[in-house]
Amino acid sequence: MKRKHKRLTFVMIALLLLGTAAALILTAFEDNIVFFYSPTELAEKNPGPAQRLRIGGLVEDGSVEKPGGGVVAFTITDTAKTIDVRFKGILPDLFREGQGVVAEGHLRGGVFQADEVLAKHDENYMPPEVAEAIKKSGQWKKMGDAQENPK
Amino acid sequence: MTAELGHFALILALFMAIAQATIPLIGAERGNAAWIAVARPTAILQFLLVVLAFACLTHVYLTSDFTVLNVIKNSHTDKPLLYKISGVWGNHEGSLLLWVLILSLFGAAVAVFGGNLPPALKARVLSVQAMIAVGFYLFMLLTSNPFERVFPPPMNGQGLNPLLQDPGLAFHPPMLYLGYVGFSMAFSFAIAALIEGRVDAAWARWVRPWTLAAWCFLTAGIGLGSWWAYYELGWGGWWYWDPVENASFMPWLAGTALLHSATVVEKRDTLKGWTVLLAIITFSLSLLGTFLVRSGVLTSVHAFATDPARGVFILALLIVVIGGSLALFAWRGPKLTSTGLFQPVSREGALLFNNLVMTTAAAAVLLGTLYPLLLDALGGGKVSVGPPFFNAVFIPIMIPMIAAMAVGPFLNWKRSDVLPALLRLRLAFGAALIAGGLAYTAYMDGPVLGIIALALAVWLGLGALTELATRVRLFQEPLADSLSRLFRLPRASWGMTLGHFGLAVAIAGMAGAGAWTVESIQVMKPGDKVAVGGYEFVFDGAEKGKGPNYSLVSGRFSVSRGGDTVVVLEAEKRVYNVSQQPTTEAGIHTTWRGDLYAVIGDPEGNAGAYVTRLYFNPLVVWMWVGILVMVFGGALSLTDRRHRVGAPHRRRAAAAAAEA
Repeated sequence: MKRKHKRLTFVMIALLLLGTAAALILTAFEDNIVFFYSPTELAEKNPGPAQRLRIGGLVEDGSVEKPGGGVVAFTITDTAKTIDVRFKGILPDLFREGQGVVAEGHLRGGVFQADEVLAKHDENYMPPEVAEAIKKSGQWKKMGDAQENPK
Repeated sequence: MTAELGHFALILALFMAIAQATIPLIGAERGNAAWIAVARPTAILQFLLVVLAFACLTHVYLTSDFTVLNVIKNSHTDKPLLYKISGVWGNHEGSLLLWVLILSLFGAAVAVFGGNLPPALKARVLSVQAMIAVGFYLFMLLTSNPFERVFPPPMNGQGLNPLLQDPGLAFHPPMLYLGYVGFSMAFSFAIAALIEGRVDAAWARWVRPWTLAAWCFLTAGIGLGSWWAYYELGWGGWWYWDPVENASFMPWLAGTALLHSATVVEKRDTLKGWTVLLAIITFSLSLLGTFLVRSGVLTSVHAFATDPARGVFILALLIVVIGGSLALFAWRGPKLTSTGLFQPVSREGALLFNNLVMTTAAAAVLLGTLYPLLLDALGGGKVSVGPPFFNAVFIPIMIPMIAAMAVGPFLNWKRSDVLPALLRLRLAFGAALIAGGLAYTAYMDGPVLGIIALALAVWLGLGALTELATRVRLFQEPLADSLSRLFRLPRASWGMTLGHFGLAVAIAGMAGAGAWTVESIQVMKPGDKVAVGGYEFVFDGAEKGKGPNYSLVSGRFSVSRGGDTVVVLEAEKRVYNVSQQPTTEAGIHTTWRGDLYAVIGDPEGNAGAYVTRLYFNPLVVWMWVGILVMVFGGALSLTDRRHRVGAPHRRRAAAAAAEA
């Protein structure tokens, strides 16, 4: 095999690999990208029950209830709009009323059925998505203090 | 005083680094020996100054000096000693100080042990190292000073995040940084080679051990982080494709490729331009990783900095380093000509194939990690890219490489044949088929990728052992001869065998735990039974108690299998006094078959019932063992004589003696 052909072989392999990777990435993107909405955006866009999504905001004070069977119900607010969330399982250690939280799941009949709830690992930390959701709703007041003092 | 001393040492280190970055570089250009000689003392002094700064920061932590802002935010008088020390780097500013400490340590190591390097090359390498350091010193002094004072001082500190108060995590950042920063050596050598327009075997002999050491640390660091996530976060998982995990995984992928291509440069004098490019890419990904994690762009436990000034500085630094080095490569790279020719089917070809797959995989991970940031910056809305995406992309890309990995070591340099290699591997092939078949019949409804991965693990593991057997001519010569060959094998080839074998073991673990984990979430009253993965978990109830700086609820689970008691698991939920933050301590029982894993949640009702989460994670321990074997293999290879200083001469002498 000539030097030129040899090099061509590797270029072909590289292209094949990149092509496969690109195809994999495109199909995976289509199926697996999850959009993030604030409660306000959720109300505006009203996505169907089939669409998997993430929502974020603050857990409303006094909204956490345990109807039994390991189910937790609470309300997420961006201080403009709210959304009721139901989740079965163990809440993350940092889940608390008044704290920022992100939930992943589906919107069914006006209630968000979460199969995953993420509260980040730091008591002072607010997920950027949540901070922005609250900013967007025009209610960004003393939240800024919490943000200034991250660990 | 101590804090000011540390601050002052840091400023002096900056000036030392500026001198080291400029004078030797100009000296090497002009051939001025006196200017070249400046490299050595400045590198050593710079290191000593950073050691002083680091010692000062450690001192203010140990004495709980609450006039220093950094200590207030991250320490507390009640904290155990180990975590007072690990608190030094458990924050943004301190972690940067650790970064430059390691960077200057490596610089000093080149200055001291680089006696056999050509002086001009050594001067240039040290200059490039110092340039990186200058960037970091400026970043620290301008935006992230660890020695900032507060007046009036508070009575006590805010404490370290309890999740980080864990031995696994105390050593995770230093390991990871030793890896990241270790790749800076390969980078500095690459830039120096581009300036000189020359890469030779001596260059590769220097780059390879540094890359190997960095790779070992990074592998260990990633393993520690994953292990910590597994037992501390209580989600039963070990890898979430979280952006911060990807940030450490991308340099690992590129670094693994670099490790293999540097071998080709050393032995065959080819793939030079590619290796230099890989060195640049690997370190760029390390930098990107450091900053992605620290900059607060990403939502995570690691995100310390949220100051916009830091973000801008970071972006500028990344652009200068990555853009500058790539531009230099575009300009000077074509000068690096290779002499060694090889056919596509050859050892070089196999190593190049590894490189192509690893870089493609790294690119795919990079795209998935940055896509949400890019889309958001372009106003496309907020999205998250999670594990389903990465699993769907990354695993299929890696399959052909794992398949080829067993064959590669059988191929000769320059030109080779696949068929004889495959014939030697027929046993491994048969075993892999049987393993795949068994897994398929046992788990008809299981994920196909899991079955493929298990078969590949057997293929690769036995392939590595077959290669070892071939090398020592097992069953072709008397057993005693084979054994004596085994003990005389170069440590580098042991390193390769162990590295590949370790990966096979780790893949088995990942396949088992990734594909066949059984999870069960429910409310349990004392005496309730739940069957999980063939085991029966009985909840014996929970008790309250107290630890050194936390209060706890401890739940007991009696686990039995077919009526025989296996173990009693204790799962804790702790609430730390200072921050009132709860943490989960999962009850874990490890066996070779898999881990029994129990987590206790919140109480439900008044009858002593709790929400519980129970798992059976098959083969998970294989993953940790596999990673340990890989790291051990890398470390063993590092002790090979040819990597030692001045080794080329000695090896030649030994070879001559052997021929005589």
